[in-house]
Amino acid sequence: MEFVFLLGTPLLGAIMLAGFGARRWAPEANAGFSLATFAAAVALAVRVIAAGNLTVAHEQFFIDPFNVFLVALTAFVGLTTALFSRPYMRIEMDHGRISEGRLRLYHSMYQLFIATMLIALTTNNLGLLWVAMEAATLSTVLLVTLYRTPASLEAGWKYFILCGVGIAQALFGTILLYIAAEKVLGAEGVSALLWTHLNAVKGQLEPRVLSLAFAFLLVGYGTKVGLAPLHNWLPDAHAEGPTPISAVLSGLLLNVAIYAVVRCKVLIEGSLHSPLPSQMLMGFGLLSVTLAAFLLWRQRDIKRLFAYSSIEHMGIIAFAFGMGGAVANFAALLHMTVHSLTKSAIFFTVGHAAQKSGTQIMDRIRGLMTVSPTIGWGLMIGSLAILGMPPFGVFASEFLILTTAMREQPWAAPILLLALGVAFAAIFGRVQSMVFGETTAKRLPHSPALLPVFVHLAIVLLLGLFIPPYLAGWYRAAAQLIGGG
Amino acid sequence: MAATPFVLQLVNSLAALLLLLSFAMLAQRRVVTLVNLLALQGAILCAATLLLAWRTGEHHLYLSAVLTLALKVILLPWLLHRLIRRLDVYWDTDTLLNTSGTMMVGLLVVVFAFGLAQPISALASTATRSAIGIAVAVILLAFLTMITRRKAMSQVVGFLSMENGLFFGAMSATYGMPMIVELGVALDVLVAMLVLGVFFFQIREQFDSLDLEHLETLKEET
Repeated sequence: MEFVFLLGTPLLGAIMLAGFGARRWAPEANAGFSLATFAAAVALAVRVIAAGNLTVAHEQFFIDPFNVFLVALTAFVGLTTALFSRPYMRIEMDHGRISEGRLRLYHSMYQLFIATMLIALTTNNLGLLWVAMEAATLSTVLLVTLYRTPASLEAGWKYFILCGVGIAQALFGTILLYIAAEKVLGAEGVSALLWTHLNAVKGQLEPRVLSLAFAFLLVGYGTKVGLAPLHNWLPDAHAEGPTPISAVLSGLLLNVAIYAVVRCKVLIEGSLHSPLPSQMLMGFGLLSVTLAAFLLWRQRDIKRLFAYSSIEHMGIIAFAFGMGGAVANFAALLHMTVHSLTKSAIFFTVGHAAQKSGTQIMDRIRGLMTVSPTIGWGLMIGSLAILGMPPFGVFASEFLILTTAMREQPWAAPILLLALGVAFAAIFGRVQSMVFGETTAKRLPHSPALLPVFVHLAIVLLLGLFIPPYLAGWYRAAAQLIGGG
Repeated sequence: MAATPFVLQLVNSLAALLLLLSFAMLAQRRVVTLVNLLALQGAILCAATLLLAWRTGEHHLYLSAVLTLALKVILLPWLLHRLIRRLDVYWDTDTLLNTSGTMMVGLLVVVFAFGLAQPISALASTATRSAIGIAVAVILLAFLTMITRRKAMSQVVGFLSMENGLFFGAMSATYGMPMIVELGVALDVLVAMLVLGVFFFQIREQFDSLDLEHLETLKEET
């Protein structure tokens, strides 16, 4: 029941807002639909925690601790982003950057995007997972090009074609998986792509075909995660679209993509009895962390800066899942949570900072603190949090990942530390000069919604100081499920 | 299996035709012809699916044959032709490699594809498993087409041809994916093309051209 509400609300929202998305109350309606989705997600999470795993609709959908935690996170950030986008999009309308038609498109696609992510997270069918991932790309392509500037069109085209090709690889991987599964599960075809069934027989699947399948799946979904060297679309898509979309792309879509990779890894590792999938994940992860850390230095656009920071963090998460084992998985899940919350909070402040300064070029953003202390502090605290300063949650998860790396993969720890240091210097220097000093910013017609920023940062702080026992139990159950190591 | 080899031979020759068409697309410079070749590829795919459906008695293959016919032979080529007319893009002459060079690379790709398909063919139990290598080759050749072209329209045709190859691979290895997945994939492809249509008009409005050279300014900051 909760489940029907969870998927039905954003779908209904997408249809309704396609018709009425430009009305005066549309931003509120958008937030309202997101609130209802979040309520359904919480109800579902409570039920799964109380009653255990759940399957719906002839096992096409299933909920376990791993995905219900991501469902709750997705719905929550979806809600806060909708709240943030209320004044943000009104200001963009006042500046004449978007027309009424495009606002309607924006609201409708926002809800559709949330719906596709929730389907991708909850589906049990690996084929449907692919379909939902592709639909998530398609629903955001036109949002990236919302401003119709040459740069945004280029970003949209890159996003479309690179993710399209990437996801075609993932489809081939899925087909290979199906071929192998059909041998074991029989040709009735219905159950051979269901994750729960595959998981039960994973030891019997043909290893050679599966290692081939994993290579394709990792490259395919890895493109969406933004793992280097497949990350080219990510900074452009993040920088050129409207900021609420940057926040959900970075905070949510990347998580969903890495979720898909991990689901496949669980199956394939169980069949191969070799560390190959783990090593591939660790390799891609480390490459992304280092490459992104050094590319951070070359950025001039504030949204691109934080987009590269997302690549870096996705690399850390991929590396941690690659290491496997209870502690690393726990840390990776925690890192997914805190990264998603912190990064979306940063994009909220960045969005308003850019609106106030009238530019996204960092050299021209100065003295945010004097014109708006809340935005200034929000950006400062958010950056410190994402850079892994104690006492924030990112510190806790990075600390866990680093200490595990020192024990399990000692060769990788110095590389990770170096990359984190480089990233710290790059981001901190830039943010400091934007926040302090003489100001160039002006006042905005609508007062910005900064409550979501501080709610997110407060949760991240809380997770750094103390993880509530039920949440820790939840993470632990999920980490167990992923296994490996 | 008491095979009636004639039908299977027919399927195999259709597979060979698919490969031939992939090469033709690799060499073709006229965008209109490219779309026609794509439609022909769809038609062959549809015929192969029908033959297999008749041969194996798998009912869902009839459905996916109808789906292929409607989507890949009629609807998508029609949409693409309409776009070509309205956007006035007929030629895609400058490629990264000249035709003969591309062909040579294509040949190597085919050899590689058959090597890649070996373990899959060994595992598959279908009567058409020998065609899996061809499916992989079609996928990789389509990929090559995308890499070597400059015009957005040819890249899209390459993308759709890749989808044909994937579909043919699934069919020859397992007699098709579960229906729900096939429907979902078809829906995604259709929506992708619609999004693309909108997108092309936006690009054209901005740049007055569909040449992707205009879309190469967003490089790393210098």
